[in-house]
Amino acid sequence: MLSSLLQYLLTGLTVGATYGLTGLGFTIIYNTTSIINFAQGEFVMLGGMLAVALMTGLDWPLIPAILGAMAGTTLAGVLMHQLTIRPVRRAEALQYIIITIGVSILIRGIAMLVFGKDTFALPQFTGNTPLSFLGASVMPQNLWVLGVTAVLLLLMKLFFDRTIHGKAMLACSVDPKAASLVGVSVRKMAVTSFALSAFVGAVGGVILAPITLTSYDRGIMLGLKGFAACIVGGLGNPFGAAAGGIALGILESVGAGYISSGYKDAFAFLALLVLLFVKPSGLFGKAAIKRV
Amino acid sequence: MLRSTPLLLAGFLALLLALPSMLTNEYYVSVLILACINAIVAVSMNLLLGYAGQISMGHAAFYGLGAYGTAIATATWGLPMEAGLGVALLAALVVALAIGIPCLKLSGHYLAMATLGFGLVVNIVFNEALETTGGPSGFVGIPRLKLLGFQFDDDLAYYRLLAVCLTGMLLLTHHIVDSRLGRALRALHTSEKAAACAGVDVARHKLFVFVLSALMAAFAGFLYAHYLTFVAPSSFSFLYSVEVITMVVLGGLATLGGAVAGAFFLTILPEMLRSFENIEVLLYGGILVLCMMFMPGGLMSAFTGAGRRLGRLLARKQPQSGGSHGR
Repeated sequence: MLSSLLQYLLTGLTVGATYGLTGLGFTIIYNTTSIINFAQGEFVMLGGMLAVALMTGLDWPLIPAILGAMAGTTLAGVLMHQLTIRPVRRAEALQYIIITIGVSILIRGIAMLVFGKDTFALPQFTGNTPLSFLGASVMPQNLWVLGVTAVLLLLMKLFFDRTIHGKAMLACSVDPKAASLVGVSVRKMAVTSFALSAFVGAVGGVILAPITLTSYDRGIMLGLKGFAACIVGGLGNPFGAAAGGIALGILESVGAGYISSGYKDAFAFLALLVLLFVKPSGLFGKAAIKRV
Repeated sequence: MLRSTPLLLAGFLALLLALPSMLTNEYYVSVLILACINAIVAVSMNLLLGYAGQISMGHAAFYGLGAYGTAIATATWGLPMEAGLGVALLAALVVALAIGIPCLKLSGHYLAMATLGFGLVVNIVFNEALETTGGPSGFVGIPRLKLLGFQFDDDLAYYRLLAVCLTGMLLLTHHIVDSRLGRALRALHTSEKAAACAGVDVARHKLFVFVLSALMAAFAGFLYAHYLTFVAPSSFSFLYSVEVITMVVLGGLATLGGAVAGAFFLTILPEMLRSFENIEVLLYGGILVLCMMFMPGGLMSAFTGAGRRLGRLLARKQPQSGGSHGR
């Protein structure tokens, strides 16, 4: 009884960490440009798929394939910004939402044409002997997911709080004009944010691929869950996104375990709806003060 | 311009009715039927997104509620079609009220997320409630439409009915937009605070347009279910919601004809691209991105813009009329 609960919690924690990581990607771009990038899930998919493609297609060993996948995805993020976001001027939020949805359809379509419709797996990083923990079993890969997420999160937090670049990026989202007046290149910061968030997405995709497998259409649901994680935690707060992701992941896995696995995704989104209705600014979000 | 709209609509209806006789292949009638159904959903979305400025990323849910509502009422319970329509609309009404009241307090990305989450939950229910909906493999055996004693077995008859329904929806939208209510909605789009200051009851107007839009989508779902006689959850997924938004945005937000143009374009285009089956999705994404980047006003405003520019060009060539419209 207790061990099955522990099992659900551990599974939820791992899955939730990947939602959090995807949410972190949303946060980075949002914190710099105020854009919600609906193609974020596709970066996660690209990370996993590119790693698989480099390993099976080009016979690269695991580590170089992973690094290559991260580099490739980061490049995709930069390209996305330069080709579809940068040329647009004075757009509304809705316009950006639709552009990024369009880009996500494009990336998914290209991935389908290049990689095909099959499902692929990446080998686990450090063997696949499960470890036993208080009666629940944990795959080493789950520890990888948790560890990598924690490290990335900490780095992001330090980056935004402590470094001049991170603060400059935040400044761009608060007020682009004021930021450029004090000498911040808003455009450079925007590209950086896309590159960074694509990189974070790719990391998520690579560490997740050994557990959940990967295919060209894996990005949609992950992206939506990542966005949900951001909203649960309060948009713009990296720790909020991670906490939101973990909350959603645990809710999902406990709900799937005790109630019904078919409704797994519904639990997360229902909880999200209830939360939004009760506390519209998310768990850790500061209530937006309306200026009159 | 607005005063001549009923005339334009009459012309539009005549054109729709004349279309099948110009087609060589009967299969195209069924494409036109689907285009009309999509157009009704797009018109409903345009009312919400284009005029009132409220995004819904879960509109497919209402379309689906309409389709499954009537499917269950007519096929499972054996009720007549009129009752099926009632059940479809009632389901959408109840759900729209329940979800609209809390949702519409949100704005921006939070509203997008809430409606998106709602749409996903409804789609999951369609997939999982096997006994009532048939699950992922779909609901079979929905009877063909029979309204007020008239049986619409023939595709052509169904198409004519849809042409009339679509025109009716456009007329309704026109009347709403061109009224005190419509101006209130547009004021709300521009600035909620300004609208409130001018005496617009923001919450009630938002809810009204949300519910009305949901009912229109459910009506389209009703027509869809009784045309195909088969519905599956995949037709009402997140991707369909996105598709509807695309139709409206591509056609032109807040233009009466825009939603229709977008819906027809995006329904007929894939049929024409059948031979390059896999590239279809790339074109779709590409069109979406390029349109939003370079003509955020959509097809309609691009056309009228081009028309105006052409008009100016022609006017400039005739010296006596030159300069009168000068900038």
